[in-house]
Amino acid sequence: MVAMQSVNKGEAKSCCEATPDWVRIDLVLEKYVGKKSQIIAALRECQEINGYLSEELIIHVSRFLRFPLSDVFGVASFYSLFSLTPKGKNTIRLCMGTACYVKGIKEINDRIVNEYQIGPSGISDDNRFGLEHVRCLGACSLAPVMVVNDDTHGAMTAEKINDILSEYK
Amino acid sequence: MASIQILNQIKKKNLETMNMESGSTKVRILIHTGTCGYAAGARKILEAAKNISAASDLPVDISLSGCIGLCASEPNVTIMRKGEASVIYQKMTPEKMAEVFENHVKAGAPVMSHALACKDMSGFDLKKIDELDFFKSQVLFTMRNKGVIDPESIDEYIARDGYFAALKAVTEMESEQIIKEILASGLRGRGGGGFPTGRKWDIAFNNKSDVKYIICNADEGDPGAFMDRSILESDPHSVLEGMIIAAKAFGATHGYIYCRTEYPLAIKMLEKALAKAREYNFLGRNIFGTGMGLDIEICQGAGAFVCGEETALMLSIEGKRGMPRPRPPYPAQKGLFGKPTVINNVETLSTVPSIIREGAEAYSSMGTLTSKGTKVFAMSGSINTVGLVEIPMGISLRSLIFDICGGIPNKRKFKAVQLGGPSGGCIPEAFLDTPVDYEAIIQAGAIMGSGGVIVMDETSCMVDMARFFIDFIKDESCGKCTPCREGSSRLLEILDRITTGEGKDEDIAELEELSEFIKSTSLCGLGQTAPNPVLSTLRHFRHEYEAHIKDKKCPAKRCASLLEFKVDTEKCTKCGLCFKACPAKAILWQKKQAASIDRDKCTKCLSCYKACRFEAIL
Repeated sequence: MVAMQSVNKGEAKSCCEATPDWVRIDLVLEKYVGKKSQIIAALRECQEINGYLSEELIIHVSRFLRFPLSDVFGVASFYSLFSLTPKGKNTIRLCMGTACYVKGIKEINDRIVNEYQIGPSGISDDNRFGLEHVRCLGACSLAPVMVVNDDTHGAMTAEKINDILSEYK
Repeated sequence: MASIQILNQIKKKNLETMNMESGSTKVRILIHTGTCGYAAGARKILEAAKNISAASDLPVDISLSGCIGLCASEPNVTIMRKGEASVIYQKMTPEKMAEVFENHVKAGAPVMSHALACKDMSGFDLKKIDELDFFKSQVLFTMRNKGVIDPESIDEYIARDGYFAALKAVTEMESEQIIKEILASGLRGRGGGGFPTGRKWDIAFNNKSDVKYIICNADEGDPGAFMDRSILESDPHSVLEGMIIAAKAFGATHGYIYCRTEYPLAIKMLEKALAKAREYNFLGRNIFGTGMGLDIEICQGAGAFVCGEETALMLSIEGKRGMPRPRPPYPAQKGLFGKPTVINNVETLSTVPSIIREGAEAYSSMGTLTSKGTKVFAMSGSINTVGLVEIPMGISLRSLIFDICGGIPNKRKFKAVQLGGPSGGCIPEAFLDTPVDYEAIIQAGAIMGSGGVIVMDETSCMVDMARFFIDFIKDESCGKCTPCREGSSRLLEILDRITTGEGKDEDIAELEELSEFIKSTSLCGLGQTAPNPVLSTLRHFRHEYEAHIKDKKCPAKRCASLLEFKVDTEKCTKCGLCFKACPAKAILWQKKQAASIDRDKCTKCLSCYKACRFEAIL
C-alpha cells in the first residue's frame, strides 16, 4: 500500500522543539497498516524516533493507520514505556525494586533531585537530565541500581552520584 | 530434517569443543555475562581478554556464557584447559584478566588469589564449585545449563542433551502420554499461582479448536525476582523446547513469548534462539519432519506490571490496554483471540524438557508432599551472598538464608524476609523454620510467588516497606475496578500519614478493614493480593505501627519525618566522616572538634547516620 499523505504535520512550535522526522515515522507506520494488534510495537518505534509521543504524533499515528484515536491514545497512556512529554537530554532511570529500596535507592533519588534540581516533571531545570523510576530491572544482586542512558551502574551510593553524572553532559 | 542420529552427531562434535570430554587443544576462556555480569563490568573483561589473546599467538577460544548464579562474585571468568580442572575466577578486572592470561592460560598455573573454585574435577589447591556453601545444597535441574553453555549456540545446547526431549515428545509420544508424564511429575506453575501444569494442558487439550495458542509469560514483574531473566539470558533454548513439548501436548499451533521490555538482553537471546531453532527445523511448518506446525514470536511488553496477569497479558498481545477481565472463562477455555490458550511461566517451561528426558519420577522424588521438584529462588537484599539458588522444595527458609547465602552482612540482625513480591508478605524470625512449600509458606503469611526472596535487617522499617509495596500497587493498578484503584490510594494515604508522624489511633483498624474489603472485592489477582504487605506486616510487626502512631518514633530509623538527628558527643571521635557525607552542609565540624548538626539545614537524608562508624549519630 502506498503511504497515505501525512496529515497534520504542523510546523515546529518553537525554536527548541524540532520537527518530528515524518519521513522515518511514515516508513515505520507503513509496516503496521492493518495490523491493529501491533499498535504497541508501532508506537514503540515512533517513540524511538521522536523521543516521546507528542499529541500531534499520536493523532498522526491514528490517522495514518486508521485506528480510532481513543484506542491509540488509550494504549499510549496506559503503558509506562510511553512518554507523552519530552524527555531530558540524558535519561536517569532509578530501579525502584524491593532490593534496591531496601538498600537505599530512596536516598539516592533524594540526592539527585536536590543536587540536579529535578522539577516535578522529572526533568532538571537545565534539561540535562530526565529522572525516571522503573520497577525492578532484575539486577537485584547489584542493588541499588541506576541506569544512565544505556549504562548500568550497580551498587550505587550517594557519594558516587556526582562522579558518574559528570560524565553525561 | 532432524533425527536422533543427527542430534547425537551434533552432541558428540560439540562436547569435544566444549572441552568437556576429550577436550580440544585450545584453551577456552568463558566470560560469564548476564545483565548482572555486564553491570558488574563483564564487557571490559571481554575486551581485555580479546586484546590480550590477539596480541599473543596462543590458540585461544573466547566465548560468552550466562551467569553462574553467584551474582555476588561477578564478573566471573572460567578458564578451561585440556586434561586439567577448569577454574572459575571471581570479581575480575581487566588487570586481573591480564594476570590470569599470563599465568594460567599461557603457563597453566592458576592465580589462586583471584580464583573462586574449580569445576568438574578437583585439582589445584581449590575447592570444587559444588563444595562451596552456596552450591552444596543446590540441585540444578531447571538451571542445569547456566554458565555452562553459550546461550547463542544451539549446538552447545544440544550437546547438553537439548532438544532430545522435544524430539521424543513430537515423534514418539501421544498428547495424553505427555500430559500424564507432567501430571505425574507434580510440576506446579512457577509464576506464582502454583496451578498444576499438567491439568492446565489437559483442559486445553480437551477443548477442540482449529487454532490454539501457547504463551510463555516472560513478564517477570515482581520486584526482587530475576530467575526468569537469568534463564532467558543463559539458556533460552530450554524455554523454546518446553514450548514445543507443551504445543504437542495440547495441540497448539502458534506461540508467543511475552517478554518484559526491561530485559533487552533476554529479548536479544530469544531472537537468536528462535532464528536458530527455525533453521534447524525445530520450529516451523514441519517440526522434526512430522508435519507438526508451530512458530513462536516475541511480543514485547511495555512496562505494565498488571500484564503479568494472564487475562491482561492476552489483551496486551492483542494490542489493547492490559486490563484483566473476570474468569471464567479461563484462558484454556477461551483465551487469546478467543481461542484456547495455555500461559506458562518461563521457569515452568524450561523445567519441562528435563522432566520428559529424565522421567516424572526423577522430578517427583524431590520436594514435599504437595510441592514437588526444585524451585529457583532469587536471593537479594541484606544478605551476604546474593544470587540464584535452585533447591529441592522443603528446605527451610533459615537454611536458605543462613547456610546457603551466608546470613546478614555488617553484623546486623535479621529482621524479616519478604517473599512473593507485592502479593506476598514478610516472614519474621519466629517462622524461619518454615519449609519452602506452597502451602507452608501461605501458613506463615506470605506466598511462594515467583521466588523472589528479599532479606531485611534491622535497618528496614516494616511500615515503610508496606508503604513501598502499596505505592507500587497503586501505580500499577490498571484502574478498571474501584476497590483496587481507589482502595490502594486510600491505603497509601493512611500509610503516608503514619510514616510522617501524623498517624491516628484508629488507623490500624481502618487499614485492616479496608484491606479485607479490597481483598474480597477486587477483580483480579493484583487487587486481591494488594493488601497482603499491609496485612502481613500488621500480623508480625504490629508494634512498629504502634511506635509510629503512638510514640511518633521509627524504631528502624528509616522514616525521615520521625527522626531528629543529633550527635552523641561522647561517642564522636571527631573524625569528620559525617561532615564529608552530608550533602546539605548541615554538619558543623572542624578538626579535633566534635560534630554538631544544624537542624534548619538538615534534610534528614541519613547520609551522616550511614557514614558514622561509631554510632555517634542518633
